[in-house]
Amino acid sequence: MSMFIHFWPQLLEGLKITLGSSLIALVGSLILGTLFALLEISHNRVLHLIGRIYVEFFRNIPLLIIALFFYVIVPLFAAKLSGFTAGTLALTIYTSSFIAETVRAGIQSVDPGQMEAARANGMTYIQAMRYIVLPQAVKLVIPPLGNQFVNLVKNSSVLAFVAGFDLMYEGNLIAAQTFDTFGAYIVVGVFYLILTLPLSYFMQYLEKKWNAGSGEREASALANE
Amino acid sequence: MQNFIEAYSWLNMRYLLEGLGVTLEASLLSIAFSFVIGSFLGLIRYTRIPYVSKIIGFIIDIIRNLPLMLILFFTYFGLPQMGVRLGVITSSVVALTIFESAMLAEIVRSGILAVDSGQMEAARANGMTYHQAMFRIVLPQAFKKMIPAIVSQFISLIKDTSLATIILLPELLYHAQVIYGQNVNYLVPMFVMLTLMYFIVCYALSWVSRILDRRMGA
Repeated sequence: MSMFIHFWPQLLEGLKITLGSSLIALVGSLILGTLFALLEISHNRVLHLIGRIYVEFFRNIPLLIIALFFYVIVPLFAAKLSGFTAGTLALTIYTSSFIAETVRAGIQSVDPGQMEAARANGMTYIQAMRYIVLPQAVKLVIPPLGNQFVNLVKNSSVLAFVAGFDLMYEGNLIAAQTFDTFGAYIVVGVFYLILTLPLSYFMQYLEKKWNAGSGEREASALANE
Repeated sequence: MQNFIEAYSWLNMRYLLEGLGVTLEASLLSIAFSFVIGSFLGLIRYTRIPYVSKIIGFIIDIIRNLPLMLILFFTYFGLPQMGVRLGVITSSVVALTIFESAMLAEIVRSGILAVDSGQMEAARANGMTYHQAMFRIVLPQAFKKMIPAIVSQFISLIKDTSLATIILLPELLYHAQVIYGQNVNYLVPMFVMLTLMYFIVCYALSWVSRILDRRMGA
């Protein structure tokens, strides 16, 4: 208990970094993920291939490798990145590949008749996508996206590996300073749970509330990866 | 270019492959243990035993919502304070198993939920007891539905094993770090090879999972 009081400022600082990194990565990976999902479902073969390669590549290598790439390799050829920047960039790219899969599953579970009807009514492909298909896909995609955000917060602990001063990093410092490793990691665990547990329960609630059809189940299965 | 040729010497490659072996070994052990534990926990959570299921469900939720890195640190650095001292390999496997059991418990539970409730009713109507119906009718169908999810969980487990490099588990990433720690010129070649090895293993598995998915769907 005394650990909470004594190290409060340090833990709060770590919490801020973890939350900040996760939020930046969330926004970034939502944009990138949607972009690559649209590439994946494109009828243009080249665009489709680019989307698939991006998604398959980053889904199948560890996040830690991407983080180390930005932290160790990039400075050899270009500017040196701080641990926070390197970690957040890696998180963004890694998560975007999962989000792309989720969004693609969401779009494809919208009845193709919707797109055809919109096109037949004179909309362009982009208009139909923007005003008809994507808004319907959003509802299917929100619960799995929420789960992705929970994963994002958990994965942001890689920042500790590249000196990103996040919650996990502060936890290691406290453990080293006090020799009370057991207590320090429990305290850090509580902080992580404050962030992740309410969100994941809220997503479970949304999923239950909106539960209908198999497309959703497929999308949430993807989110569990 | 010279760096690449030198870096991929037989000795280095053998060392990397040894690391890959440890990665796969740790992942396989963990998934095997957590399949057993996870099925058990998932079944308990599904059957709604008063209090017990609620408590186990809450513990599962807590573990699922913690970073794996924290669990690794906890088992390796935290537990010795409580008198439980585990070796590097044991504590990696224990940490991975704890985390994956919670994940698999949820997969098992949603697999059972995905089996049409008519199956259970029909089995009961035909005179089977609840346990007979569960183990002979519902679970076999549920496991079939779960296979793709379990394979993708295995893929993320292989990727997550790289986190154990932090507690110095001699797996693939750690071995690569040892090699480029001796010669900085090998840094880029090691990264390329590392990425390639992880990608090949994980992509092959996801390909298997997709084939299984298609065959199950048919």
